[in-house]
Amino acid sequence: MTGTKSILVIGGSSDIGHATALRYAKEGWRVTLAARDLAAAQRNADDIGTRSGVDTTVQSLDVLQTGQLAGFVAGLSVLPDTVVCVVGELGDQLRAQTDPELATTIMRTNFEAPSLLLEQFAQAFAARGSGTIVGVSSVAGDRGRASNYYYGAAKAGFTQFLSGLRNRLALAGKVRVVTVKPGFVRTKMTAHMKLPAPLTVQPDRVAEDIYRADVTRPRDVIYVARRFWLVMAIICALPETIFKRMRI
Amino acid sequence: MPTVALPGRASAISDPGEIRLSGWGNYPKVSTELLAPRTPAGARDDLLGRSGIVARGAGRAYGDAAIGTQATISLRGLNRMRRFNAATAQLTVEAGVTIADILAAFEPRGFFLRVVPGTKFVTVGGAIAADVHGKNHHRDGGFGNIVDSFRLALPGGEIVSCSRSENAALFAATLGGMGLTGMILDATLRLLPIETAWLRQDTRVAGNLDAAIDQLEGNASSTYSVAWIDCLARGAALGRSLVYLAEHATRRDIDRLGPALAPFPSPRTQLLSVPELFPGWLLNGTSMRVFNELYFRRGAAHQGEPRLVHWDPYFFPLDAISDWNRIYGRRGFVQYQCVIPLERARRVLADILDRVSRRGDASFLAVLKQLGDGGGPMSFPLPGYTLTMDFPVSDSLFAFLDQLDVLVVDAGGRLYLAKDARQSRATFESGYPGLAALRDIRQQTGANARLASHLSARLGI
Repeated sequence: MTGTKSILVIGGSSDIGHATALRYAKEGWRVTLAARDLAAAQRNADDIGTRSGVDTTVQSLDVLQTGQLAGFVAGLSVLPDTVVCVVGELGDQLRAQTDPELATTIMRTNFEAPSLLLEQFAQAFAARGSGTIVGVSSVAGDRGRASNYYYGAAKAGFTQFLSGLRNRLALAGKVRVVTVKPGFVRTKMTAHMKLPAPLTVQPDRVAEDIYRADVTRPRDVIYVARRFWLVMAIICALPETIFKRMRI
Repeated sequence: MPTVALPGRASAISDPGEIRLSGWGNYPKVSTELLAPRTPAGARDDLLGRSGIVARGAGRAYGDAAIGTQATISLRGLNRMRRFNAATAQLTVEAGVTIADILAAFEPRGFFLRVVPGTKFVTVGGAIAADVHGKNHHRDGGFGNIVDSFRLALPGGEIVSCSRSENAALFAATLGGMGLTGMILDATLRLLPIETAWLRQDTRVAGNLDAAIDQLEGNASSTYSVAWIDCLARGAALGRSLVYLAEHATRRDIDRLGPALAPFPSPRTQLLSVPELFPGWLLNGTSMRVFNELYFRRGAAHQGEPRLVHWDPYFFPLDAISDWNRIYGRRGFVQYQCVIPLERARRVLADILDRVSRRGDASFLAVLKQLGDGGGPMSFPLPGYTLTMDFPVSDSLFAFLDQLDVLVVDAGGRLYLAKDARQSRATFESGYPGLAALRDIRQQTGANARLASHLSARLGI
């Protein structure tokens, strides 16, 4: 029985956060959802609690208030076994090019704030000697593109942060870091976009892959869907002289 | 230049909403603006200031019931459960939660739904709007009977609670009201505690329609009863059937009939899927005759020996084949479901079956069930027998079905709106005397000017 294990999802009002927490709850894990939009997080928590019968709570957290992150982690009544950070914001690239404030928010939301928060968990988990940190980054961080380079650059930073954190913690002991790179996922964030069906997955697929990479078949870096690994390998292999003229 | 879209691409579609939509029968297909709110509050806001609009659940109504004349609100995003009280077995869910969701979460914990339709892929909102029935309608009534209350968003934006004691007339008119009284946001249901999730099934062979009705009538005390009719049988064997009777199995039934079985088995996964371009010639007369013969021999072999059947294939046999509606091809199909009052049922159903078997293009199997009283003024059931058949859409189909309608109307019967894509206003009005009550309610709530599906426009509701 894993009934005493617990998971904390940062970004618990999101679709991927909801699906991930539900996946763990079905295995008996206790769930805490942290989010800025507490009402949306509560709606997800009620759903998870009703479907799984496990204890589910919510916590208010605005990750952009970076001065409060250390206090948030120190103040948790239970330090979770796994923390999953799905915080992210696509933002409007065109607007960001002329609106430095928006550009700053996109970069802080996707890189600075998640990194600073997970650093706090890294220290707490290292002190305890156990734990898994799951960071949901994006394939958009694998190569910068005209259509989303603020988002992509921030995700690239987050991916590298997770890589470095994993390196440091692997040398030190038992805390694991998992990098998740979703491709197209049908969520609130992509509701307005037309997505190519063969490469698009539902949030519960991301949740399943996260659970597997954490619990049943440990992995360091995963692409969801898996075939996106190949797509990105090809895109990253393109010479810059060609790539810079492409619209992708 | 290649134009592969990658995540984060800012090329938002300016007008994602306008699409061609159909029901499960793939007939008719019509254009509508499609809205997809993600919260109950968002769904309510989508109603405001719009007309010619109706809510849509899983799209499992066969015809044009869940397509707005101008806009359609998909409630699939309202898929969160709210709370469950184990002591009272009361479950509150948003309207887009499906019966499959509920059973996946609660069957392993020893609860079932007292009323389920023939597919688990319908939403709770849709099940209420069509007041769907199961194989136990003659005993336990329709889906409305397990609903304690729901919240309805009226077209003006007001959200009202409805139950048997609060806004009772609105509650009743919404059962079977096809989404035309308001938009159901969430509902509280009563689950059924079960000892095991298996069914103890008895199979009886009936040589013709009379024998099948005798079996259903003689076993009215059975919780579940249904007859599968071989539509290809003619003459003296017209209406030959396998009659399935079933009860929820007890622990003792398991000990006796299947001691190795887990009492609460998981849902079955979908085994087959029908490709988009299914070759229609596979469904020819010879292959169907062979199939039916095998089907009946297999059923007959089980006659008289009770056996345990898994809840999923028992209640939802067609759910094992995803997209089975595609077997009827691009033009789609019509599912014809009528109910004939008790005293006229034998003669009229025999007449219908005879015409259908002579025409020869109906589904190879038809379903015959006993029904009891309806739950609301617009509920489909009335005390009698209901017959269900599929017909591929063809040029001659509609004139033929009009002839069947005459028989149904003469007998005081009616057609099921959740299946309907083509009946006339006259047929509809003669079948549904409760229409006046629905119209009154629509007048009072302002729904008459605002909520309209292709079905309601066609039938003048």
